[in-house]
Amino acid sequence: MRLYAVVAAGGFRRYATYRTATAAGVFTNTVFGFIMAYTYIALWDVRPQLGGYDTSQALTYVWLGQALLMSSALMGGGFESELVERIRTGDIAVDLYRPVDLQLWWLAADLGRAAFHLLGRGVVPMFLGALAFDLAFPGSLWTWPAFLLSVFLGVVVSFAIRYLVAMSAFWLLDGAGAMQMAMLAGLFFSGMLLPLNLFPGLLGEVARALPWSSLLQVPADVFLGKHTGWGLVQAYVFQAGWAVVLLGAGRLLQTAATRRVVVQGG
Amino acid sequence: MAESVAVRADGEEHEPVGFAFEDRPRPLEGVRAYGLIMAMWVRSTMAYRASFAMTLFGNLAVTAFDFVTILLMFTHVDALGGYALPEIALLYGLSSTAFGVCDLLLGSMDRVGGRVRDGTFDTLLVRPVPVLAQVAADRFALRRLGRITQGLLVLGYAIVTLDIAWTPLKMLMLPMTVLSGAAIFGAVFIAGAAFQFVAQDASEVQNSFTYGGTTLLQYPPTIFAKDLVRGVTFVVPLAFASWLPALYVLGREYPVDLPQWVAFLPPLVAAGACALAGLAWRAGLRSYRSTGS
Repeated sequence: MRLYAVVAAGGFRRYATYRTATAAGVFTNTVFGFIMAYTYIALWDVRPQLGGYDTSQALTYVWLGQALLMSSALMGGGFESELVERIRTGDIAVDLYRPVDLQLWWLAADLGRAAFHLLGRGVVPMFLGALAFDLAFPGSLWTWPAFLLSVFLGVVVSFAIRYLVAMSAFWLLDGAGAMQMAMLAGLFFSGMLLPLNLFPGLLGEVARALPWSSLLQVPADVFLGKHTGWGLVQAYVFQAGWAVVLLGAGRLLQTAATRRVVVQGG
Repeated sequence: MAESVAVRADGEEHEPVGFAFEDRPRPLEGVRAYGLIMAMWVRSTMAYRASFAMTLFGNLAVTAFDFVTILLMFTHVDALGGYALPEIALLYGLSSTAFGVCDLLLGSMDRVGGRVRDGTFDTLLVRPVPVLAQVAADRFALRRLGRITQGLLVLGYAIVTLDIAWTPLKMLMLPMTVLSGAAIFGAVFIAGAAFQFVAQDASEVQNSFTYGGTTLLQYPPTIFAKDLVRGVTFVVPLAFASWLPALYVLGREYPVDLPQWVAFLPPLVAAGACALAGLAWRAGLRSYRSTGS
């Protein structure tokens, strides 16, 4: 357990090293936040209460999206390109020799990364957004830890999806296609472009049931106080359920894949 | 890799290496080098056809989602900022196509910072080829045709569904806007690359103006704060890449008070922006100091 804590801390420090890049990223998150905020204002001007949000809740949703974009890796990124590269070059054989669990190792590193991105890339855009727009912050102090737990579960689901994508490289060798498809799905079905409760009919129902909704839609709704009491428990169960299923699938795929690995000379 | 191709191409023409580029004026030399490097990357991409097909589709789909978002918005409303869907489609199509052309030609300019940091930028300096051409053609990605295709499809949809009296002038405005728009975005890319000589890790800042700019221009100017509209009109002249000429075509008022002839200025603005970006690039290149190790 201590080992994984150290790995997580390493993941945090690794991303914390690039301060200029972080500042540049914050700038970009803020610019996109402003652009999206104005489009949402135009939309909610015509249809107040659209999707059950009032205008300030809709704007809060925009800035939550910018705050979680990197942390929950909504568009992918983080570790999978590195893991794919290790699979392609065969370095993975060395990893499999190590007396640590492959999946937990990468999960720990990704949690460290997510923690840094939440602080480094999440807090400042949210703060700047709050300066420029009237945002709906939680009325109750308890909403904050509830939100953070939901974000944590979302990051685990996000990791589990990206781990599956990386595992596909054992068969495909080139992970670019799979990563791009995962990026598309993440962008659209997390609710990054538009809240999922604005998706019409069947598309909306499917989108809300898919794992990607755990990444942004569910944490945002927890933040906005849409899930309370029993509903909050259900939201957690939804996220944790997907996390368990997808992590399990990743483990199965890993077992199947490691049987295939043939290391040259051995 | 680029070197070996250049040498081989030179060899075919039986010219001594090193002199091949010197008997032409510099801009032409740059274009020729760009073409050679581009052809090399296209050949290398085509070695993995299935992967290319997938990434081409992905490139088309990822930009298409922007438009799907707008379509989803229009399932709830009839107009956004007072603009109907075909009108927004025109803004979207112009902005997306112009940006797509620029992204295809200069899309790898954000790699300058990385090259400065890891020292591979020096390699570009010792080759007898204009550095800007090498940087611009670096990793030329044919998959970026996806964005242009998607932009053109939306533009076509707008032209078919728009209910306006088309005059020859208005029709000429469209290609003029796309070409000038691509040049204006190009100036932003080059200025951004120049900035990376100063701040190597800050390449993402450029995304705010390029990707952010094209996203901004996809929506009508009426929905944004006046100061933001003024900013993209007078400071970073992105408004000339779609809004101003498109609003003339649509017969709409621009939220910032400007005379109507401003709609015909994009080519001039593009030329000015490119000249300034060129100066910035030269200044950046001159200030470059190798790590020396």
